[in-house]
Amino acid sequence: MITCPECEGRVAAPEEPRVHEIVECAECRSELEVVGLDPLLVALAPEVEEDWGE
Amino acid sequence: MTTACVAGGAGYIGGELIRLLLGHPRVEFAGASSATLAGRRIDGAHPNLRGLTDASFTEPGRLPRCDVLFTAAPHTRAMAAVREHLDTGAVVIDLSGDFRLRDPGEYERYYGVPHTEPELLDGFVSGLPELHRAEIATADRISVPGCMATAAILALHPLVRSGLAVGEPRVDARTGSSGSGASAAHNTHAERSGALRVYAPLGHRHEAEIRQALGRPVRMTVTGIGAVRGVQVLCWTRLAPGAGPREVRAAYRTRYAAEPFVRVVAARRGPHRLPDPKILAGANFCDVGFAADEAGGEVLAVAALDNLVKGGAGNAVQCMNLRLGLPERSGLEFSGLHPV
Repeated sequence: MITCPECEGRVAAPEEPRVHEIVECAECRSELEVVGLDPLLVALAPEVEEDWGE
Repeated sequence: MTTACVAGGAGYIGGELIRLLLGHPRVEFAGASSATLAGRRIDGAHPNLRGLTDASFTEPGRLPRCDVLFTAAPHTRAMAAVREHLDTGAVVIDLSGDFRLRDPGEYERYYGVPHTEPELLDGFVSGLPELHRAEIATADRISVPGCMATAAILALHPLVRSGLAVGEPRVDARTGSSGSGASAAHNTHAERSGALRVYAPLGHRHEAEIRQALGRPVRMTVTGIGAVRGVQVLCWTRLAPGAGPREVRAAYRTRYAAEPFVRVVAARRGPHRLPDPKILAGANFCDVGFAADEAGGEVLAVAALDNLVKGGAGNAVQCMNLRLGLPERSGLEFSGLHPV
């Protein structure tokens, strides 16, 4: 398990993680990018914001 | 098998109770009464029940003996209805507003009539499992809270209990037309469709329930919207000094981790970031979420539910399950629909 850097929720780690792989936090739905393998590190993935209208 | 009846089964809440009881795996629906539709088929008033029951409504007072009696009479008329059934030995679960407030003076202030059975008030346990699970498990009289009160209490309770909320919360509630009941004359399609009717700008009666449950004053505004089912509450309050989004999320996560029907919904992205009643129609969930300023600001707590299910009949069945020692989710497994 890894800890979501956004909400501190517990996120299941990929079985065979690769750098730049994306995982999703079930609690806050943040997309997390694998940035390191040993130890396993994730960071908030960059995202294109949705247009929420006027 | 345990049997259950519904006194006052012709309304929308009564119909939902009958629907849930007919589908319950451990409880047998034994009958429903109606003052206005006695002798008429139940599936005439509730056409979604066609093929599920051939029963007709009985006259009030002619229900068979049962183990659990749900009373779904209108506010101010439920007092007498409940009194009639107290000697039957059944567990009474009342869905009106008549036994929710502990103080009869407060009842008269909000409902406009004196309470005629004040000596019964202390015998009722509040039917909100998330706050009163242990008391419900042994109670013979249970009073199910109002739909908007349920949403606001569940939205604010983690913040109040953890000391993160300071001051007087403000509750902005939006409700669908079914909350006005099956006989509301002002609820025609012409009047309701597309409406954003601020029908209780100050002092809605559910305000008193929220204050009683949280132990602090609140202010409440209620707006009727064009939807048929659904309640959403937006609750604003100030955060304690130093508290921010992480502390708020931790409070919700801890408070509701073990609750079967409360889900924390506070996502950073996507179209479903905060609770929306649209996806909860027919389900017994209350979704709660939040958006918080950084340290020292305000927090917006949001909750949504189906006013007829977690805001009424579903919550009542959840209380029955607890009282009977049944699995809490029995008969309440429906997940809702998407899209709807």
